[in-house]
Amino acid sequence: MSTFESLELRGVGRRFGGVDALAGLDLTIRAGEFVALLGPSGCGKSTALNCLAGLLPLTHGEILLDGRRIDTLPPERRGFGMVFQSYALFPHLSVEKNVAFGLQMQGVQRAEIDRRVRAAIELVKLGEHARKLPGQLSGGQQQRVAIARAVVLEPSLVLMDEPLSNLDAKLRLDMRTEIRRLHQSLGLTTIYVTHDQEEALSLADRLVVMREGRVQQVGTPDELYESPTSWYVADFMGYRNILPATVVSASGSEAVVELPGTGDDGGARLTGRAVGGLRAGDRVRVAVRPEDFAVAGSGPGPDGAAGEIGGTVAVVEYHGREHAVSVQAGDVMLHARSAAPPAVGGAVRLTAPVERVLVFPESLDAPVPQEVAA
Amino acid sequence: MTSRAGDAQRSTASLRHRLAERGIDPTLLLLVPGLVVAVALFVYPFSYGIGLTVQPTAAMQEQWGGGAFANYVAFFRDPFVFDSIGITMRLALPAALFNVLASIPVAMVLRHRFRGKRLLTSLLVLPITLGTVLTAQGLLIFAGRQGWLNRALLQAGLIDEPLQLVNNYLGVMFSLVITGFPFAFLLISSYLSGIDPSLEQAARTLGAGWWQRFRRIVLPLLAPGLATTFVLTFVLAFSVFPSARLVGDAMGSTRVMSLMAFRAFGEQNDYAMASTIALMMGAVELVVVVAVLGLRSLLYRGTTGGKG
Amino acid sequence: MAATVAPGERRLAARPSTWLVWAGMTAFGVFLLGILVAVVVDSFGRQWFTTWLPEGFTTERYAEAWDRFSLGEVVGVTVGVALLVVVVSVLVGVPAAYVLARREFPGKRVVMLLFLLPVLMPPITYGIPLATVMYSFGLGRTLTAVVLVNLVPSVPFVILTMTPFIEQINPAIESAARMCGARTRQVFTRVLAPLLVPGILAAGILVLVRTVGLFELTFLVSGPGSDTLVVAIYRGMTAAGGGEARQLISAMSVIYTATMLAMLVVALRFVNPTQLVAQVKEARDDD
Repeated sequence: MSTFESLELRGVGRRFGGVDALAGLDLTIRAGEFVALLGPSGCGKSTALNCLAGLLPLTHGEILLDGRRIDTLPPERRGFGMVFQSYALFPHLSVEKNVAFGLQMQGVQRAEIDRRVRAAIELVKLGEHARKLPGQLSGGQQQRVAIARAVVLEPSLVLMDEPLSNLDAKLRLDMRTEIRRLHQSLGLTTIYVTHDQEEALSLADRLVVMREGRVQQVGTPDELYESPTSWYVADFMGYRNILPATVVSASGSEAVVELPGTGDDGGARLTGRAVGGLRAGDRVRVAVRPEDFAVAGSGPGPDGAAGEIGGTVAVVEYHGREHAVSVQAGDVMLHARSAAPPAVGGAVRLTAPVERVLVFPESLDAPVPQEVAA
Repeated sequence: MTSRAGDAQRSTASLRHRLAERGIDPTLLLLVPGLVVAVALFVYPFSYGIGLTVQPTAAMQEQWGGGAFANYVAFFRDPFVFDSIGITMRLALPAALFNVLASIPVAMVLRHRFRGKRLLTSLLVLPITLGTVLTAQGLLIFAGRQGWLNRALLQAGLIDEPLQLVNNYLGVMFSLVITGFPFAFLLISSYLSGIDPSLEQAARTLGAGWWQRFRRIVLPLLAPGLATTFVLTFVLAFSVFPSARLVGDAMGSTRVMSLMAFRAFGEQNDYAMASTIALMMGAVELVVVVAVLGLRSLLYRGTTGGKG
Repeated sequence: MAATVAPGERRLAARPSTWLVWAGMTAFGVFLLGILVAVVVDSFGRQWFTTWLPEGFTTERYAEAWDRFSLGEVVGVTVGVALLVVVVSVLVGVPAAYVLARREFPGKRVVMLLFLLPVLMPPITYGIPLATVMYSFGLGRTLTAVVLVNLVPSVPFVILTMTPFIEQINPAIESAARMCGARTRQVFTRVLAPLLVPGILAAGILVLVRTVGLFELTFLVSGPGSDTLVVAIYRGMTAAGGGEARQLISAMSVIYTATMLAMLVVALRFVNPTQLVAQVKEARDDD
């Protein structure tokens, strides 16, 4: 298996039609790592992947493999494997021939090709479909052929461009496990593009969250999950409640904020953990996970040092072990979880512990540390 | 922080890159053969022809005056030639209209699968492969005064005397329909298949009968395709040449423009006049095409809801 | 007005317009068959003036026509010209279609218009100037002229049919081939070409049929030795007069049809005929 010591992206950018599809990407990838590029469509993640592949040229920066520049090489000379969102299988070739294609391009001996192709097809569990044409396979099977075709070459890097987004939900889950299993057994360095945070969290060793062509945060799933550095990243990490607010007072790592349009007399107040330096009067956004909100009936409750928000229950959804509760608090809709379903239309109060309420500056343009120090 | 060498590399890469971003890269060379054919065999001769039209022969100039524009003067003043515009239109417009309009119900009915459909479709497509000359010969024999058609009609007592169906306007009309209808049918069938059938199903569930479905759903969606088909069928009919000579009345009522052009070219060897007539032919046809296409974009904008 | 119908059965009988359509198509079919059969019968007839069928049958007309119009040579010219036109227009048109299908570039619309124009114009409009140019280059009445002249509508035709065909091939396939290490030539020969073949064959057949059947352009620049079959038939019909010649012409017409059909049959061995005829998407039959 060909491998490398380091793959470095330095200041990689691509400007097209006057717009920065990608800018200022600095990333060092370690051998064997599984890195996920996460973000909504248009954030630059696919652009970054295609630049790495060589299918799009860079306008700025360079890509270095073990210190050698590879961004000037055409894709067929980079030795990377790629799995496309549309699978892009060769429609006129059988599964076997699809997988064998890359090896034939490399001029590998016939017997060796047969051996490796068979092994790759067995690896993705398509042994009995080896002679079929792509048109005769289901979506999930086609995806597995695409993966086999990429990994059979034992490339130094595997690029995956939203490979699961065309599959239905259950299949997606199964394939996700497959990809994880493959990575664990083959150990190929992988760069994976997705807009699904669950996928990214479950598959990756490190995540890169992107927005409008720029990196917002890089870190392990744990780091991003527990300590997002902006409300944008928090939004991706499942902090479903992102509420605009104003700082009332800030001291040390805590801040008291007021949420306009909620509660009586102007706005409910919450105390939360400040991320970045905040001062009184700053415009901020408050991020809280649904599972961190406690739903309580109306009436005086525990001392509201951390603050509370009152509202009316709007929607209750059954989720098996617990219920998803949507609460209308003035102008905003809040999302919470509760074991016992409250009555729709009833008045409730939502509270959350201080450490679980994150307060972020409103502006996303402030420079943000890219790698959270270990 | 990039080095000077890196900067230089970036700027040259970016010139080639900037061009490539706009679509200019070596792949464009693949266009060259096609462009060579188009320019050498189409653009150049065409402009040469336009140039010819203003170089009339001495005889022309003498007869019609007008200096360099003698050919145009002749064209508009000589009724023998000028009337050919009207004659050709009188043939082409009805033929094209009929072909297009008749194809619609046929295409609608033949949408569904049924036994012998493959055979029927092949039969309908046959005339295209045979061509106008063969059709002409066949018409002369079949629809002539002694032909089977007249005999059958006489025998059945529907007529007293054989009908004059060839060597006149009717003959050319028949020829145009026989060769033009399959073409229109094929085109309209494919446009029809581009309309998402679930649109009509939806209309059905909302209570629309077949005529309403046709008028309110199918027809508007088909309209752009109808316009295109009409234009193409019209071009075919307007160019009629061998039929007008073989089953028509070449010097009389079916004196179409292409015949006039050829007369100037082959018989009178007046290349300049021939080019003039040919050019005018193209111009007249262009007017009709532009009118129809203009009308179409006025009336309908949108997609057909399918892979139209 | 819903007649009760078993599920799956067609409700064709319910509308009077349907009957009209079938009647019309029958009339059309009768005309068509009548024309064809009339020509065939005539070609075998000894004399045929005032009766339902000819007074006696013979095959001498064929031999006579063959010699009189040197049909051996004419058939050879027809087939040769047609094949040459097909080959050249495919070689020229397919690469152009590829560029138009895959790339955007400044001036693309002009180029597309340029390729579209010959299809939109009457052949005479560009044919006469083109023929004039040919004659002035001394190419009048030569095979070269016939081939060149027929290229003008054929190349755009190939481009027009192949461009959408290429567009519907997933462009990611070419990228995938590159990522597997294929260089440009290999992308073309191993991946693109096999996928293009059905489209090329279909377009090729259509160009073949068109060239053999197209009269105007060839007529303008051909002469003895470079006439195609249709032109020979036309010359026969417009030169000779009188009933006798008619049988000869019918014989020639039958030979023409036979040649055309033979070429089609050979070509169709390579192509699925449903690719030629528009595929009509079936409306759901469970009404």
